[in-house]
Amino acid sequence: MPYTIAEKILLAHTDKKHIKPGEFIEAKIDLALGNDITAPLAVKKFRSLAINRVFNPRKIVLVPDHFAPAKDLRSANQCKILANFAKEFRIKKYFEVGYMGIEHALLPEMKMVSPGDLVIGADSHTCTYGAMGCYSTGVGSTDLARAFVDGKCWFKVPASVKFVYKGQLNKWVGGKDLILYTISKIGVDGALYRAMEFSGEVIRNLDMDNRLTMSNMAIEAGARVGIIEPDEVTERFVTRYPLPVTRKPKFYKSDKDAAYEKIYEWDVSKIEPLVACPHLPSNVKPVSKLKNIELNQVFIGSCTNGRISDLRIAARILKGRKVKSGLRLIVIPATQKIYLQAVQEGLADIFVKAGGVFSTPTCGPCLGGHMGVLAMGEKCLATTNRNFIGRMGHPKSFVYLSGPAVAAASAVKGRVAHPEEI
Amino acid sequence: MIIKGRVHKFGDDVNTDDIIAAKYLISTDARELGIHCMQTLRPGFSKDVKTGDIIVAGKNFGCGSSREHAPLAIKGCGIRAVVARSFAAIFFRNAINIGLPFLECEEVDRISEKDILEINLKDGIIKNLTNKEIYRTSAFPEFLQKIIKAGGLIEWIRRTKLR
Repeated sequence: MPYTIAEKILLAHTDKKHIKPGEFIEAKIDLALGNDITAPLAVKKFRSLAINRVFNPRKIVLVPDHFAPAKDLRSANQCKILANFAKEFRIKKYFEVGYMGIEHALLPEMKMVSPGDLVIGADSHTCTYGAMGCYSTGVGSTDLARAFVDGKCWFKVPASVKFVYKGQLNKWVGGKDLILYTISKIGVDGALYRAMEFSGEVIRNLDMDNRLTMSNMAIEAGARVGIIEPDEVTERFVTRYPLPVTRKPKFYKSDKDAAYEKIYEWDVSKIEPLVACPHLPSNVKPVSKLKNIELNQVFIGSCTNGRISDLRIAARILKGRKVKSGLRLIVIPATQKIYLQAVQEGLADIFVKAGGVFSTPTCGPCLGGHMGVLAMGEKCLATTNRNFIGRMGHPKSFVYLSGPAVAAASAVKGRVAHPEEI
Repeated sequence: MIIKGRVHKFGDDVNTDDIIAAKYLISTDARELGIHCMQTLRPGFSKDVKTGDIIVAGKNFGCGSSREHAPLAIKGCGIRAVVARSFAAIFFRNAINIGLPFLECEEVDRISEKDILEINLKDGIIKNLTNKEIYRTSAFPEFLQKIIKAGGLIEWIRRTKLR
């Protein structure tokens, strides 16, 4: 029976001979992830079962990243729950502040996920690792608690939808623009309970950072996973760092005659840098139509666009320039490794000299946690993934989403700006 | 099981930040979370809810984050069931896992704010006592029924795996 890559990975983790979309299955997972918001609830549920061991401490990852370094007493308590749980159950993959990074940047960077893995995370953006050819998906805290018990999770096998991108990308257009374009075309529930599969020549030419950005936002179209077939880029990525991949990578590919519920084919040669306007990621407009939008803050960071290549793009535009007077620029590298790289490459120097702040890794402002919360009436352009009402602070604040080039250009201009304007 | 209550009506794409804003995710207590439920969209919502009330919404209810605090907050403020045209995938599984009753119903447009609904969860029938209409919804697949019957995923695990 022909299968898509998503179906193949799920099937390989069950004891079944066949699976089909819509079917409910129980599958063995390779890794279970929790953070300082979701894991405390999972720990509470796990403890209610009064058992004294977890299924496999090596397959559990705990990252205090959302409100860490702890923003207040109560978030400090939540982080402490993780630290204590990790110690008690000998979970080595607990990342204390100093080693901590934003989970979805940290796991690929540390090679905790390998192509072909089945990964669950109590965080919706767990879909990020689809870029590496994994089936990785967001679940709830109770799912995580259950995974602590027996290393399994229930799944409804999703139907697959294929997205084929053709043409030549314009300058300043990257993974973020491609995924915003996609969400604008199909809507925030356009891939509800589906596996998105990104393919075509444009994807083959994208580097891993841009792919991770795309897969990261599959959830913003309602999808369970945003998967990309592994290729040479993937192979290079999993062998590049001194760190070995945790498990032997398995490079699954979709069968030629695999069944897709729908196939979209787009020529993306003509798209210009895009911005999602308040209050939905699908409310997308080209930058050129938004040049009258004045901004109070620009935030460059998050699991979507806080990787080194994003910071390099931003620094290229900000070098030797100043942030518009009255505007706040906040730059947050996603991991400690990226932080150090940015310092060593002189990027941190550029951001600070431009009048921006350069901070320790955290999800922080993306979800209105800390390090850049918006006041009433304020407008922020962010390289993040969600612009829901009140997402970054006051219910009457406004979030625009873009890639790092538009964000950096806008910080200089004080309004939404095209990088070519600089 | 029969649930009878007053309707609180919402639109499409109600997201998890609407249901419970991230700044309140410093707690895992359903009651405390419940106080802030739907605060962004409808300030004072939790005070307006009487135990047993029902949320009715459009498509893609619960989209956004994986926070289980969202269905917990809904439960915690006294809502006993959610009826929507469709549910976002993670909210769907969270609601199953923590035992928050919900139904997918195509005819939500026929239901208005303050209508009184009577929901029979077993056969998936919704009676609108205000306009005397009846809406039929499809039952959950057998696999999910088992989790629901056990009272959620943790109870199901306790009964099936830890014996």
